[in-house]
Amino acid sequence: MSDSAAPSFGQVDVKAMPGVLKRIIRLALHYPGGVALAIGCSLGSAIASLTLPKLFGHAVDQATRLLSQGPTLAEDARNALLVTAGLVILASTVRGFLTGFAGYVAEVVSQKVGYDLRIAFFQQLQRLSFGFHDRIHSGDLITRGMLDLEGARAFIQGGMMQTFTLVLLLTVATAMMFATDSTMAVIGLLFVPIAGFVLARMGFLLRVTWLKVQQLQSILTLTMEENLQGIRVVRAFSGKKHELSKFDRSAEDVLQYSYKRITLRFRAISVMTLSFYGSMALLLWYGGHKVAAGQISVGKLTEFLTYMTLLQTPIRQIAMIFASAARATSSGGRLFEVLDLEPDIADAPGAQPLKPAKGVLRFEHVDFAYDAGRPILQDISFQVGPGETIGIVGPPGSGKSTIAQLIPRFYDVTGGRITIDGQDVREVTTASLREYVGLVQQEAFLFDTTVTNNIAYADPWASEDRIVGASRTAQLHDYIAALPGGYETRVGERGVALSGGQRQRMSIARGVVPGPGIMIFDDSTAAIDAVTEKKVREGIKQATRSMATVIIAHRLSSLMHADEILVIDEGRVIERGTHPELIAKGGVYADLYALQTRTEQGGVIDDEAAPAAAPTVEAARV
Amino acid sequence: MSDFAFERDGTAASSAPRRPRASLGSAEAEEIFASFDPKILRRFFAFLKPHKTYLILAQVAVLASAATAMSIPFMIGRAVDAAAKRDPSRLDDIVMVFAGLVLLNAGAFFLEQWMSARLAQKVIFDVRRSMFSHFQDVSLSFMDKTHVGRIMARLQGDVNSLQEFLESTTGALGDLVLLIGIAIVLLATDLQLGLLTLTVIPMLIAVRAVWLPFSKKTFRRARDASSTANSALAENIQGIRTIQETRREAMNFELYKEKALENMHAQNGSAKLTQVMVPTVDVLTGFAMAIVVVVGGNAVLGGRLDVGVMVAFIFYVQRFFDPVRMLSMQYTIMQRAMAAGHRIFEVLDVPVSIKDKPGAVRLGPDVEPTVEFRNVTFGYDPKRPVLHDISFKVKPHEVVALVGPTGSGKTSIMSLTHRFYDVDKGQVLVGGHDVRDVELESLGHVIGMVLQEPFLFTGTIEENIRYNTSATLEEITEAAKAVSAHDFIMRLPEGYQTRLGQRGRNISLGQRQLVSFARALVADPKILILDEATANIDSFTEQAIQKALKVLFAGRTCMVIAHRLATIRDADRIVVLQQGRIIEEGPHDELMAHEGLYARLYRSAHASFDDATVAATGDAEFAMRT
Repeated sequence: MSDSAAPSFGQVDVKAMPGVLKRIIRLALHYPGGVALAIGCSLGSAIASLTLPKLFGHAVDQATRLLSQGPTLAEDARNALLVTAGLVILASTVRGFLTGFAGYVAEVVSQKVGYDLRIAFFQQLQRLSFGFHDRIHSGDLITRGMLDLEGARAFIQGGMMQTFTLVLLLTVATAMMFATDSTMAVIGLLFVPIAGFVLARMGFLLRVTWLKVQQLQSILTLTMEENLQGIRVVRAFSGKKHELSKFDRSAEDVLQYSYKRITLRFRAISVMTLSFYGSMALLLWYGGHKVAAGQISVGKLTEFLTYMTLLQTPIRQIAMIFASAARATSSGGRLFEVLDLEPDIADAPGAQPLKPAKGVLRFEHVDFAYDAGRPILQDISFQVGPGETIGIVGPPGSGKSTIAQLIPRFYDVTGGRITIDGQDVREVTTASLREYVGLVQQEAFLFDTTVTNNIAYADPWASEDRIVGASRTAQLHDYIAALPGGYETRVGERGVALSGGQRQRMSIARGVVPGPGIMIFDDSTAAIDAVTEKKVREGIKQATRSMATVIIAHRLSSLMHADEILVIDEGRVIERGTHPELIAKGGVYADLYALQTRTEQGGVIDDEAAPAAAPTVEAARV
Repeated sequence: MSDFAFERDGTAASSAPRRPRASLGSAEAEEIFASFDPKILRRFFAFLKPHKTYLILAQVAVLASAATAMSIPFMIGRAVDAAAKRDPSRLDDIVMVFAGLVLLNAGAFFLEQWMSARLAQKVIFDVRRSMFSHFQDVSLSFMDKTHVGRIMARLQGDVNSLQEFLESTTGALGDLVLLIGIAIVLLATDLQLGLLTLTVIPMLIAVRAVWLPFSKKTFRRARDASSTANSALAENIQGIRTIQETRREAMNFELYKEKALENMHAQNGSAKLTQVMVPTVDVLTGFAMAIVVVVGGNAVLGGRLDVGVMVAFIFYVQRFFDPVRMLSMQYTIMQRAMAAGHRIFEVLDVPVSIKDKPGAVRLGPDVEPTVEFRNVTFGYDPKRPVLHDISFKVKPHEVVALVGPTGSGKTSIMSLTHRFYDVDKGQVLVGGHDVRDVELESLGHVIGMVLQEPFLFTGTIEENIRYNTSATLEEITEAAKAVSAHDFIMRLPEGYQTRLGQRGRNISLGQRQLVSFARALVADPKILILDEATANIDSFTEQAIQKALKVLFAGRTCMVIAHRLATIRDADRIVVLQQGRIIEEGPHDELMAHEGLYARLYRSAHASFDDATVAATGDAEFAMRT
């Protein structure tokens, strides 16, 4: 899947329309009872509704019959009027209840489909591998899960059921009108094709221009948001005028397009109204002359005029139906695109849970590439057993983090294999594997909830002792305890703001809580100051004494005590050994060490800033 | 999951939770309805004033369209009457008038809607612009306190609520005229029949009035349920890596299912309430029509009423409810707009505390590039000063390094120099002028700033370097070359025309830093304030940055918040700060000879001022920010 697969902004893919809409309809047909009930009620309501013109016609005839036939029948006529009035109330009541009920049932069906889609989408996102989430921006996925899902769902009520209702009403009305007088039926229905065409076109065009306005609007949003986020830069450069002119440019675009939409919309509605009343004027003129000539009764004319009035509102819905269908096409397309993907990483058929023995992790000649032809890792081999630590160091982009992510099988190796106690990670269930492997990532993602909930994220049933223990390991307990709400303090956007170092320590605590068998730290102490990091490192050493540990870091002091250190560059191991061995060797590692322990070229006075990687590599990158 | 955990966990089960320590998503709802407030309306009309003529024309169109709409059923009745009385020539005349009215109606309707919708858009543009412009002026302390997301909600959601209100107001006025007009026509045509049929209107209004508060509660529940479910989804997407890594899929799915289910029920609840109105209206309308049939029919029978009138009544009755519904909808929209208006004017009322005073001095190109702090005391909260009695002077073309732990006041000194805030005591002077006596805009041209986090805007690299100047591409390239950014830029797919993604995510932090240097160089300020980046930057870029700094410093007065020893050593003078006070000051050699804190820190490899503070005060880095 690529960005080009999604329909581009400002267009609706007409060719995809039948396929996508059919699929949405099929989803609704999972509830055949509901759909049938809604259609049945709509039919009933159409019939009840269309008896009203007949009744009015009768009433008018009953009232005027006297004028021509004298007073003898007055009592009969009065009674007949009463009967007609009763029938009017009955028909209105039946119509009202059936219309309301049909609308309700249709909405319930569409909400059920919406629920099904939500559940399916949510599950699918959890199943899809990192590879997918790397490609598709999270904001895009959120849009699909919120707006696109709503667009597809809304079609059931606003597109599919409305079409049924309209077709039923139109068919019944046409039949009844033609049964009465075919010329007058033709005149009375004259406005339907004109209005239908104009409105359908408008519905479609409104959707297309809406997409365009959305696009322009999002540029405007971005302009405003960036201005606010970068307000210090703006002020520093006295950029107010510059920023206002940027705002004016994008706001003006939005305004012009909105104007276009307004014109489009009201022109179409006016044409529709005009065609309706034009039809009515013709009917009045033609029918009126027939009445005057005594060919039809006044009642018949009234009847036809009322048919027209009853059809007017449903015909107006055509615009909404078309807009809804266009929206559902692009929305549904984007939604189904995600739902149809097969996750790259899934349990092999007959996969067994991992049977941990001692906890020995082995890389055997591992190769990896995101896309063929651009290898990220080549021929990586190492072994780390319980109580041992392996350190991995290398410049940005050398493939260090990939090693970390291969172990819990967030990606699959493209060559060689990774085993835990002799079992290939691809042959065990991912759930058991990920339970056994704890990974603390570089970017500590914290959830918008309490401290406790964050630390206990991997094991929501963890006891308080374990949570406190983990936060002690991560040197975070004293800080948390001093917070006004202690462990129940909320963190994140609407809670306490944490520094980078605190976030990393919290994610270390989170990694420690479930007590994994293998622990991986992927550059997860970079933002912690040196003194605290030393304490954290000792805490971790205590906590992971019996585990195999992988430490990936920029800062050599984090991994210099490891049992073995691998120096990685461009996906290959270029040096390996213990710290003293590597220093003695005088290679890249030794250079890096010299650089980081203050030489003529570098050094820092506060460890907020630590120069990172080897100077010998990545020259081409800059 | 819990069983497995207990196996490995030796601690007592008594402290294990009864419910999982888990939640998913969180929704925050702002009050969306507020009662009518004439003050808000008045302020709001101030925005309409410039478009007075347009507004009046739109109102005329409203009246014309309502009047014609009202007369259409009446003319139908007349036509039917003429037909019943077998008067074909009168029928022709009436149909002609009818056709004319219809044309007039379509035209007036178009104008009414078109004009008011355009007016609404224009006014909304003005409101949003004045808010945006205001944000450029309010003090940074307000911006610091307010979350960008919240401000965006004002600029987007609240402004849109106002737009909805404006667009529908004209229509609502038309509906009101229509409703009153219909009542007058009915009563004038036949008092008795008119009175009888009109009884249904108060009933419709009463029903709607009872229904409204119920519906509001239900709709609010539906809205909250949907935003709760959506926020849970968003959280799950943003944290998907952590979720998969901690195997929270099953637990989160259960939590989400609950919310999705509640959402479905809430939506169904609101559908029920919407649809219940349909039969109610139809039954009431049915009664009104029945009244016309019986009472009107009998009157026609008795010869007291023309049949055309009866027909006209039937058409009027069928349209009774539309204006009632529209007006009650308008009421809800108005309440929403009131709530939004409150918040909008709250923003526009934030006072601008830092502005040019009358007769402020404009700093010209000949200003002496000096900075002086005279006994400055300052705190973001005046009760808790972060700078105490700071005095120092930076001479022309001198490079001064500010050194000290987090929270020592380095950044505040930088902000005060550019007058982002006003001092509580003392004076900040630039070129010998108190910054409070200087035109802010001219201050910005004299002082250039490079922030620690290089903030770049969406747009091309060229546009980013040019920012707010009129530099040519040549000048831009020259600047990029000077700060060693040119080579990496040329290696990008489209060179200087490469578009940066959101905040420049597609180039590395070090590269962003270099671009921000080039931006500062192009602006060519006489005084440069630079906050050195602390983050990890790969060593090669690091060297390029060190080289670029020398270029930037050349021929300028510079204040640098420095972290790297190389930068500090290059400075002419070093000011060592701790807890808002200057504790040492002087060139490197002097400070080393002085054997104070600076010398101690400099000698111990890997040591940092942060660590010193941690040792001294406990946990200074972790001072809580809320």
